[in-house]
Amino acid sequence: MIEYKHSVSLDVSKCKGCTHCLQRCPTEAIRVRDGRAAINSQKCIDCGECIRVCPYNAKKATHDPLDCLNDYKYKIALPAPALYGQFDNLDDIDFVIQGLLDMGFDDVFEVAKAAEMVSGYTRQYLRTEGLKKPVISSACPVVVRLIRMRFPFLCENIMPILPPVEVAGKLAREKALREHPELCPSDIGCIFISPCPAKVSYVKNSFSGEKSNIDSVVSVSDVYFKLIDAMKKVDAPAAFTEAGNVGVSWAISGGECTAVFNDKYLAADGIENVIRVLDQIENSDFPELEFVELNACNGGCVGGVMTVANPYIARARIQSLRRYLPVSPNLHPLSEDVPADMMLPGFEYIPTAPLHEDRKEARRMMAEIQEIRKDLPDLDCGSCGAPSCAAFAEDIIRGEICADECVVFMRRVFHDYLSAHPYEQALNDNKDKEVQNGK
Amino acid sequence: MLEDVVRFTFNVDGEDFSSAGAASVQVKKHLRQMGFSPEIIRRVAIAMYEGEINMVIHADGGVATVEVTDDSIVMILEDKGPGIPDVALAMQEGFSTAKENIRSLGFGAGMGLPNMKKYSDSMKIETEVGKGTTIIMTVNV
Ligand SMILES: Nc1ncnc2c1ncn2[C@@H]1O[C@H](COP(=O)(O)OP(=O)(O)O)[C@@H](O)[C@H]1O
Ligand code: SF4
Ligand code: SF4
Ligand SMILES: [Mg+2]
Repeated sequence: MIEYKHSVSLDVSKCKGCTHCLQRCPTEAIRVRDGRAAINSQKCIDCGECIRVCPYNAKKATHDPLDCLNDYKYKIALPAPALYGQFDNLDDIDFVIQGLLDMGFDDVFEVAKAAEMVSGYTRQYLRTEGLKKPVISSACPVVVRLIRMRFPFLCENIMPILPPVEVAGKLAREKALREHPELCPSDIGCIFISPCPAKVSYVKNSFSGEKSNIDSVVSVSDVYFKLIDAMKKVDAPAAFTEAGNVGVSWAISGGECTAVFNDKYLAADGIENVIRVLDQIENSDFPELEFVELNACNGGCVGGVMTVANPYIARARIQSLRRYLPVSPNLHPLSEDVPADMMLPGFEYIPTAPLHEDRKEARRMMAEIQEIRKDLPDLDCGSCGAPSCAAFAEDIIRGEICADECVVFMRRVFHDYLSAHPYEQALNDNKDKEVQNGK
Repeated sequence: MLEDVVRFTFNVDGEDFSSAGAASVQVKKHLRQMGFSPEIIRRVAIAMYEGEINMVIHADGGVATVEVTDDSIVMILEDKGPGIPDVALAMQEGFSTAKENIRSLGFGAGMGLPNMKKYSDSMKIETEVGKGTTIIMTVNV
């Protein structure tokens, strides 16, 4: 199995072992051991929930530093649509485009523009005969990984079309080579300005099966301050946005859906909601749906952990920015079928390892887990370092930890011991008295 | 010495509509940990889900027990609800006595019992009007 390259990681020196992150992790991938958190990379889906909740900034999103611009002779900015929602009083996206050019990029290729093409191809794809419905968007990498790990029967439903950022990278590179024949491919840097770490793992793990078209990924928040300075100096932008209403809307939950131009869709955002919806779809008790858009972050990509603005404010800004944009200027020319180089190879189920390879043994271990759980208080307090008493019981049986890490369990052991040993009990009482008497 | 069966018990809360279906998700997780195939897990999860929902919407909740042995997964759904007066009728596809407010939530399509039968290898219904209902479904492994 190929090791999954994650983009959420822990800065051990900052972690205080406070256990805040344990229960927020939707896949129970975190444990606190020896006073420090540890992330199980097999379970992590890079949703960034632990980054949001950690009071000590010990969890971090991996991405490239802004300096990476220096690595390339010809630098192309690929701004995620969510970037447009970050600015106060912005009434024209042209300022963002101009600002990006002024801060040192040689060209800008809007991911929103590519998103419109993906929307167009989505409509075409939905017309394919014999398709397993509902088709589930592949735009949020967290959702894709979650489905692959937990929902074997929905893997087939994931839309196998390149996500907008990859399309943007591909087209941007082609355009640069066309317009600047003097450049060789290695001179070009397609630099994605990303709202979230998950898109970074998307790039690093080349979902597309081939090498990604993205060369570096920087965060919206790193770009923000430099960009805002550059934008302030712009009086009349010479550059123009090429994005339409449809493309810009991909930044917010529900945006991708409306682009499919029918009402048999569902959009859910926030990782817990996403999981609930997937559970229900897998149990097939859902009304007839054509398309499902799922975003791990609250509000959609404007809620990504590498953004600056509050997601709901960003959402409102996107809504007003898109108002006077053309619906979708980037739809043409679209070929009849989804072109082969825009398709992804399909998504396979990645089963999580059972308790034991041998099912009999696994069942025996499960029985032991159930036994141990009877002794645990079901408080899910986290002081044992596991997110729940159930997870703790499992860890014990897997031999990763000892039951006496549970304070409640230990207190009971202690009391049982004392009541079985009246002599020590008396000693203990005496000690208490001594303490009270100030001795 | 442990028995040759693992048992999971869930209290299905009739008051808490929003958590209906939670036991099914738990069972899915446990079966996965025990290495069952996705097909088996799916059948159990759906049968269990439908049974659980029925307990909530028709019987004010109850107790769900799942017993896993080497060759079968048995789901026992017990409630002290109103019972089912005509089982053959209830088993018909599309038959439902669900109230309008339940239907507006997307439940009450009358496919629950038929699906439970379809996804399990055997299903037994013991029911008495005014006393309650026990449904036992078995999925062979
Ligand atoms: N546990 C139960 N207790 C009482 N009545 C039940 C129970 N389960 C099912 N029923 C009856 O059987 C009917 C059909 O059930 P089902 O096929 O699941 O359809 P639905 O739940 O959509 O109504 C229900 O409408 C209800 O009248
Ligand atoms: S939230 Fe998690 S990572 Fe952050 S300090 Fe607490 S235990 Fe460590
Ligand atoms: S919703 Fe958007 S920002 Fe959040 S994880 Fe998914 S792709 Fe990233
Ligand atoms: Mg039903």
